[in-house]
Amino acid sequence: MKNVYLDNNATTPVAPEVTEAMLPFFNELWGNPSSMHHFGGQVKKHLDEAREQVAALINAEPSEIVFTGCGSESDNMAIRGSMDAADEDTGLITTRVEHPAVLGPCRMLREQGVRLIELGVDSAGQLDLAELRRALAEGPAIVSIMWANNETGVVFPMEEIAGTVKEAGCVLHTDAIQAVGKIPINVKKTPLDMLSMAGHKLHAPKGIGSLYVRKGTKLETFLIGGHQENGRRAGTENVPYIVGLGKACELAREKMSEEITRVGAMRDKLEIGLLESCPDTIVNGDRKNRLPNTANISFQYIEGESILFHLSDLGIAASSGSACTSGSLEPSHVIRAMGVPFTSAHGSIRFSLSRYNTEEDVDHVLQHMPAIVTKLRSISPFC
Amino acid sequence: MWEYTDKVLDHFKNPRNVGAIENPDGVGEVGSLACGDALKLTFKLDKDERISDAKFQTFGCASAIASSSAITEIIKGMTIDEAAAVTNQDIADFLGGLPEQKMHCSVMGREALEVAIANYRTGETSKKILEGKVVCTCFGVTEEEIEKVVREGTLTTVEQVTNYCKAGGGCGGCKRDIEAIIERLRKEREAASRKKMPRKMSNLEKIRLIEETMEREIRPALQRDGGDLELVDVVGDRVIISFRGMCAQCKVAPFTMKDVVEAKLKEFVSESISVEEEKV
Repeated sequence: MKNVYLDNNATTPVAPEVTEAMLPFFNELWGNPSSMHHFGGQVKKHLDEAREQVAALINAEPSEIVFTGCGSESDNMAIRGSMDAADEDTGLITTRVEHPAVLGPCRMLREQGVRLIELGVDSAGQLDLAELRRALAEGPAIVSIMWANNETGVVFPMEEIAGTVKEAGCVLHTDAIQAVGKIPINVKKTPLDMLSMAGHKLHAPKGIGSLYVRKGTKLETFLIGGHQENGRRAGTENVPYIVGLGKACELAREKMSEEITRVGAMRDKLEIGLLESCPDTIVNGDRKNRLPNTANISFQYIEGESILFHLSDLGIAASSGSACTSGSLEPSHVIRAMGVPFTSAHGSIRFSLSRYNTEEDVDHVLQHMPAIVTKLRSISPFC
Repeated sequence: MWEYTDKVLDHFKNPRNVGAIENPDGVGEVGSLACGDALKLTFKLDKDERISDAKFQTFGCASAIASSSAITEIIKGMTIDEAAAVTNQDIADFLGGLPEQKMHCSVMGREALEVAIANYRTGETSKKILEGKVVCTCFGVTEEEIEKVVREGTLTTVEQVTNYCKAGGGCGGCKRDIEAIIERLRKEREAASRKKMPRKMSNLEKIRLIEETMEREIRPALQRDGGDLELVDVVGDRVIISFRGMCAQCKVAPFTMKDVVEAKLKEFVSESISVEEEKV
């Protein structure tokens, strides 16, 4: 059976070059980079190199990169760590469409009495910058706004957001976990303070992330008990995975234009093809400002889990914002925040591509999807 | 991904009896697009008042489609009275079981059948109408419906109620009300079982009740203090137990025995129960 993986916003396959770069650090170069002897010294330079590779992808200084265990840790470290370092009356501003790794800590802090404002989005999933300005006017705040949305791929205007937040003298963190490696990011041009990324979304393995912390940002240490990462995060460095993340970032920089052109073209072909061949389908999210790899499409009158099961039978992996797949009873918070009518919210399917996909993958979906939709609609009482 | 049985997957991929019967004798429609699942069930009777044909149309996940397919297969050949006795558990059993969080799909099947039978018997509307107090406004679930799933499944937690009828699965604002319903029915059940007890109770029933009572009323309290107990034997009204963990060396164990274990068993099983510790 043909295997077509179109769920790259969930996780990506590890690039073979990344695996290869990591392997020596298990059985050959296994020293502790903090050690004084040559076992450690040999390793230390690779750690430095990886830090440079990660920094280069977002045009940061290597000293501004902190390695973490995952994207969720980066988000938690940024939000909770900067809150701990902030003045007492500091509030939080975020959006209703953030990943749970951001919404979770924000809402926990609200329980503890912190003022929290969650900005809404319009039907295209876009922010209203005037609303952000109003929220900023309410007092000092730490702002956490994602760069690109994991479910719809919608990209927020981060330069404008950063400008607005800085003008108000507030701290800005962005969860760029979906954006890094897919679209150009330049922290020298975008005046944000912290940026989260996760290795496994850009062809590095799971279990490695990083947080960019602009020099001078006030941040309390989250994991205490060691000098590593300039005292920002204790714990012996996960060297093989850090080397893997470094390599993945280097590859991402080299392949960025391919990501935007070839992957983007495949996504467009898939999306336009599905809209043409399946009636009553809607694209969720701002089609103009979107990651090149993501298509979130609602198939009206049918339910997401049913679609995924049929796709899975054909070897196609995608995901859905329907209630049944989330394990809860309500459709995804992102789709709901956009006000997508219930008639189509339950039938939303996310296809997310990567540079490892081919035209044949797209053709395979286009060939089979209409029949799945027709079959499920023939069962539906609404058709 | 959900762990579905082969039978669920078979009925999902090859649903039986899809469609709507023309001039049906009974029609039942439940759910909505907003709720995430909906089912329209139609049936036709033969001249002996047996269900000769049943068809369904469903919007929903794999287990909703499989549950709908199952119910049409189950009721074919049944009389109306037999069909009226079908429970959601029958649907789940027919499919070889459903994941706990998907039990509401089987409840949707049973509800559609109820509405269709009422539609046949009274000629009243084929749509489910909300009667009585709506407890969960997110999913439009009434007190009566919640009571029904709690009674049928002997449910004890809000989470279970959500799994069975979705109530409480939206904003969560009604969770306290659901808790109150569960608590009220639990008390009713206990009162009823106390009343029943002095009458004949088979030994098996008695042992089961003793075990249930120990599980629910006694062991959690002991376990909180690092202790535990085990049922060793039941001889007539003599219950023989053995203390474990901290209880085994506890100086006040004899008091625990009389004041907690025996008192609870007297309360929930029978007044004539006496408890003793196993002699080693």
